[in-house]
Amino acid sequence: MPDIHVITGNTSDPILRTEHLSRVVKDKVLVEDATFEVRTGEVLAIVGPSGSGKSSLLRLLNRLDEPSSGTVYVEGIDYRQIAPRELRRKLGMVNQRPYLFPGTVEQNLRFGPLQRGESLSQDSIEQLLVRVGLKGYAGRNVANLSGGEAQRVSVARTLANSPLVLLLDEPTSALDETSKLEVESTIQRIVREQGLTCILVTHDTAQAARLAERVLLLEAGHIVRQGPIDEVLHA
Amino acid sequence: MLKFFVSDQLYLGLVQALIAALAAMLVVLLARKRGIHLEDETLIAMVRGIIQIVAVGSILLLLLRAPRWTSGFLLTAMIIAAGATSARRAKGMPGAFPVSAWSIALGAGSVIALMTWLGVIDTAITSLVPVGSMLIANSMNTNGLALNRFRADVLAHVGEIETALALGAEAKNSVSPYVQASFEASLIPAIDSLRSLGIVWIPGLMAGMLLSGARPVYAAIYQFVVLAMILAASGLTSLVSTLLIRERIFTAAQQLSLQPGR
Repeated sequence: MPDIHVITGNTSDPILRTEHLSRVVKDKVLVEDATFEVRTGEVLAIVGPSGSGKSSLLRLLNRLDEPSSGTVYVEGIDYRQIAPRELRRKLGMVNQRPYLFPGTVEQNLRFGPLQRGESLSQDSIEQLLVRVGLKGYAGRNVANLSGGEAQRVSVARTLANSPLVLLLDEPTSALDETSKLEVESTIQRIVREQGLTCILVTHDTAQAARLAERVLLLEAGHIVRQGPIDEVLHA
Repeated sequence: MLKFFVSDQLYLGLVQALIAALAAMLVVLLARKRGIHLEDETLIAMVRGIIQIVAVGSILLLLLRAPRWTSGFLLTAMIIAAGATSARRAKGMPGAFPVSAWSIALGAGSVIALMTWLGVIDTAITSLVPVGSMLIANSMNTNGLALNRFRADVLAHVGEIETALALGAEAKNSVSPYVQASFEASLIPAIDSLRSLGIVWIPGLMAGMLLSGARPVYAAIYQFVVLAMILAASGLTSLVSTLLIRERIFTAAQQLSLQPGR
């Protein structure tokens, strides 16, 4: 079974902190001077209209893109001192589309650990699938999954890497209403049961209110407000 | 029919070239009717092609008595030109020219050197340069196909590649399916040429050897030799170019730098 990071008492330590994070591409400002922190076990939502830089900000956190200035501290360490592959294992990401690799569900779950030369046991695979509500799906071909099932396999695949923080980039926006609720309740269950730290990017403020405790409002690449859900969304 | 009107061989050649070019332009015009615009590229390619081949033909004539090292010089120049030509098939790929030039140099160059040393290719300038140029030209095409396919595949699978990176994959592993597909696709023409040799086409080299008095069976066997060398040179070129370009599309922090619109 992969390690599960459960909150143990002190929830006030920032597990992740950004400092003046910016990204400019060809004179276009995608993110500017983003400074915020996420505490262990917390769910932080990043909301804002399309094109406000939410996904760009998330991609800076696991260094899929390089910041033009500023940096990120993961457990107090500047992330440039962490090897990119190890950083990405620690900050697991789930995209808007699942992008499952051709093959079975099991092969997809094994992918992350295999990159480090580790092999998941059959037991771990079953437990991961139970966590996302897909018990018995290990041998299924990913081509035959519904949108919601595929997205839950993508969540399980990321969890197989035992991340410290889960980065969710619009995880339900490509799904129909029923699948959206399935994926949302899967995320809620994982967060509640394992106390996993989450950063959720969403354009859906109602979803942010359902899942997160704190929110960060982004407009044109700038953080315009951040704080508890009630204060920010109803201000 | 043409020979009835034109008796001088040089004029005959020019008229034949004009007719063949017109046929090619007719196809281009047909394509234009369907909204596919190839006019400029085709016209420039044809004008360049005829000028270049006539120039090389004239130089070869002068070089018949030149020292043998001249072949090395000519083939090196051809490799550089081939690198520049096929790099254009990989627009937006960082380092396409050095990757192409090195790949063709290693692929075609090493096969030419080995085969010349073993005596499969004759060291006479009239043999080494034309046969060497065939290996270089085919390696150039293969390299262009490989880079073009790799670029298209990567741009079409940015999501999959970044998902693999986000799961902790090494950059080179995240693109390995596309490296393999590009390598395989780029070799289809060379393999098909070999497979259909004698059935679908009888290459010019064999015809030339027959005209210059070689024994038909030897001419036929040597044609196979050339195509097998082309496959070896093309395969090595494609292998090297896909492995080299794979390293160039990522930053030092294993970020995919080849992205649509960037």
